Amino acid sequence: MTTTTSPTPTRRARRHRESSRPLPPPSLAPKRTSRVITTIVLVFVALYFLGPVYWLIVASSKVRSDLLSSPPLMFAGLNWGDNWNALMSWTDGNFPRWVLNSLLYSVAAGVIGTLISVMCGYAIAKYNFPGRRALLAVTMTGLLMPVALLTIPMYVLFQSMGIANTPLAVIIPSMISPFGVFLGQVYADSSVPTELLEAARVDGSSEARTFFTMVLRLLAPAMLTIFLFIFVATWNNILLPLMMISSPELKPVTLGLYGMSTYFSPNKGAMMLGALLGVLPLIVLFLGLQRYWRSGLAAGAVKG
Amino acid sequence: MATTMSTAPSRRRISRNARHQAVSGWLFALPFTLGFILVFVVPIISAVRASLYAQKPAGGGLYGGGQLIDTFVGMDNFVTAATNPIFWTGVGRVMLFGLIQIPVMIIAALFLALLLDSFMVRHPGPWRLMYFLPYAIPGIVAAIVWTYLYNPELSPFAGAFPSIGGNSFFMSGPVVLWSMANMTTWTYTGYNMLIFLAALQAIPTELTEAARVDGASSWQIMTRIKIPMVRGAALLAVLLSIVGTVQLFNEPTVMASAATWMGVDYMPMSMAYNTLMGMISPSGSGPASALSILMALIAGALAVVYALVQRRISR
Repeated sequence: MTTTTSPTPTRRARRHRESSRPLPPPSLAPKRTSRVITTIVLVFVALYFLGPVYWLIVASSKVRSDLLSSPPLMFAGLNWGDNWNALMSWTDGNFPRWVLNSLLYSVAAGVIGTLISVMCGYAIAKYNFPGRRALLAVTMTGLLMPVALLTIPMYVLFQSMGIANTPLAVIIPSMISPFGVFLGQVYADSSVPTELLEAARVDGSSEARTFFTMVLRLLAPAMLTIFLFIFVATWNNILLPLMMISSPELKPVTLGLYGMSTYFSPNKGAMMLGALLGVLPLIVLFLGLQRYWRSGLAAGAVKG
Repeated sequence: MATTMSTAPSRRRISRNARHQAVSGWLFALPFTLGFILVFVVPIISAVRASLYAQKPAGGGLYGGGQLIDTFVGMDNFVTAATNPIFWTGVGRVMLFGLIQIPVMIIAALFLALLLDSFMVRHPGPWRLMYFLPYAIPGIVAAIVWTYLYNPELSPFAGAFPSIGGNSFFMSGPVVLWSMANMTTWTYTGYNMLIFLAALQAIPTELTEAARVDGASSWQIMTRIKIPMVRGAALLAVLLSIVGTVQLFNEPTVMASAATWMGVDYMPMSMAYNTLMGMISPSGSGPASALSILMALIAGALAVVYALVQRRISR
């Protein structure tokens, strides 16, 4: 693409435009009325996106009778304690375990997946090996593959290997991320200078040593982005654990919640509290690390 | 460059260097490649193989019974799937869903991105964050929350809509597809908006400033510079949306537990899953694999057609 010219000035301009942008020249300043209309539109859009989250928080504090009788958007006695007890007895005390399982699966897939994605992306970007183009093409095909459709044959395969219904059955497929390789390659291309690698070679440093001591440090921001993508994808995946996991004590929280939602007439207040607690870790991660999200999406947008 | 030298030792050094590059490159790429083979290549091959087999009773004589054994059936599973009107109804629903939902979502995302990128908004940061937040909610949780919001007993708004054919408005036959489309739009609009915002911010400011100096209006800058410059991002967003739509699973699964009339085969992905689980006959991994392969082919064809059309138009 031709959208990236000289990197330094645009990057500085970009950073500048990120938070509060500079005032436009007076001739271009929008009229007060159009600013007000814009703000009204933005508020309505925000209501659409945040309304359900607000309702989830309210609903998680209500017991069954309040859910049906009190106004849906108002708190009516904060009964989180009751709902928590109901949630625990309903899940035989497994609920905290499910959240920990999700955490374990997502962290394991994220850490290993990030490392192997970056290694592969770095190889594609910086080494000239036979099959390099084919590997890149295959990875890009994998990016557009409807992965869910592979879950069914994968289940049959994993069953014959004897790893169905173990944590590995969720972690292994989750850590193979073509998107991670794609990002790793884009970043290695732009932020690892080839001269640096050559200098290290002349100094007698082995390829592995160069990679683990220098390259990984240069790619640290990229790795955080890839980690976040794999972490969230693993946490949110439902079809994979639904196929692979049958023991209640191995379920991730999404699968547990799905199972609860299929009950006849479930305790909806407890259910909503579970849903809220199941997404809280993700929301915290999101808000805390949002600038890494954007840098990853930026790489995809410019390249794509 | 070293290649212009033709002395023997340097040529040997080049070939040694090439071998060194090849070996180190492959060693770095190896862990991912092995995983990719295990998770992508082998399942594809085994899906193709499984799709040619079906479980048929053998022995047992007159009264049936007998053991079920895998029998080679050739293309029978594909014929069964491709002649099943329920499958094509599901494919039709996916197509209709994608035809409406993807453009609505992409245009909304582009609109929001252009708005947040314009001088109209002084502090885009908080807005961007609020619109992106639904992406952090797992699809299954979003589906559960929206299903409750569609339930007139619980919802702040669903009670105001009439019920249709014995089902509440959002769960009724003509509306349920769009109830699901709303869930997907809610989750992914902010994500696509971020893709567009990133592409917009990669446009060099010199370009828009030069256009301003030449007397271009804000509208002209938007339609002649900004929108054409984010075409690559739009291609990526639409391709990923097509692939996502074909594998739609969470929404129909959760909705079907509340609107039981939807059954187990409302959409092709749920049909494949329930075929494997033995809830649809013929069941088993053979018919389920055939369904998966057919859907993957349809998804691939759609993606290729879209990419070609896009290239045609932009030329």
